[in-house]
Amino acid sequence: MAHTAAHAQSTAHAAHDIQAHVRTYYKIFGALLVLTVVTVAVSYLHLPHTEAVIVALAIATLKASLVAMFFMHLKGERRMIYWALYLTAAFFVLLFWLPMWTEGDHIMGTQPNRWGAGMEAPKTPEHSPAVPH
Amino acid sequence: MEIPYTIETRPDTGLTNPKLGIWLFLASEVMLFGSLFSSYVLLRTGAESWPVQSSILNIPLATLNTVILISSSVTMVLSWAALKMNNFGHFRRYMGLTFLLALGFLVVKGFEYGSKFEHGLLPSTNNFLGIYFVLTGLHGIHVIGGMIVNGYLWGPGARMWRTEPEKFTNRVEIAGLYWHFVDLVWIFLFPILYLL
Repeated sequence: MAHTAAHAQSTAHAAHDIQAHVRTYYKIFGALLVLTVVTVAVSYLHLPHTEAVIVALAIATLKASLVAMFFMHLKGERRMIYWALYLTAAFFVLLFWLPMWTEGDHIMGTQPNRWGAGMEAPKTPEHSPAVPH
Repeated sequence: MEIPYTIETRPDTGLTNPKLGIWLFLASEVMLFGSLFSSYVLLRTGAESWPVQSSILNIPLATLNTVILISSSVTMVLSWAALKMNNFGHFRRYMGLTFLLALGFLVVKGFEYGSKFEHGLLPSTNNFLGIYFVLTGLHGIHVIGGMIVNGYLWGPGARMWRTEPEKFTNRVEIAGLYWHFVDLVWIFLFPILYLL
């Protein structure tokens, strides 16, 4: 391989650091495998739905954080990347919740059209007309 | 025209241009998958009834695929580390493994899809299968995209190592960032579609 002398020197300096990185990668790999087993094992416990969602998403978030921090080198990354990600997170939350807020009352069964064909709509109207003053 | 700042960092951002570019692209990917995750939650919470997902899908196969994809993330980052340590042979080995693991993921997914179709479980069967095929299909397309880039870097693209080793190492890092993101999306898809 025809490398420049400067490149060979710089890579020699970096090689020691990278070896430490490689050891970390293997540890993270182990942690990710363990967490995968845990999340599958928990699913067989048949926890109540809310608890199951919280546990599964907590484990997934932990795994994703490990991938982002160590494999994607987010740990020690420049501030600029973090700002881009904060902005993304904010827009993601908005994107996620906007339909929820719009459809929330519909979903929670407070509107008659929640009731399917053949089923009786609730007798009491959910939204009482505003009392005129 | 040469893309500026592919090796040295840009003074104002403190980053190379490709690195900032890939992170901005990944941010747009978060929104793409985010909109579909949001649709999934909306469909599920708004449904009169929802099938027991684990009774339709194959958890052991999906667990295997999770392990395959996590392993491919490790081999991907090891291929970059090998270049950093000036070891092109190891780079070739780890990048080749990454490609094969991605292929393995698609083969397993193919078996899963095949078994669903055999049992007449199609995207049109119900809302769950509709969103399942859209989410996993879009993810699968991302896997194929990653394989094309990784295959190029393993094969013809690797010539750059002889002339511009630093630029080539950066290319592998950028491809790696994308590949880890594909792994990251699956880390969420797995519990949401299979376990809950």
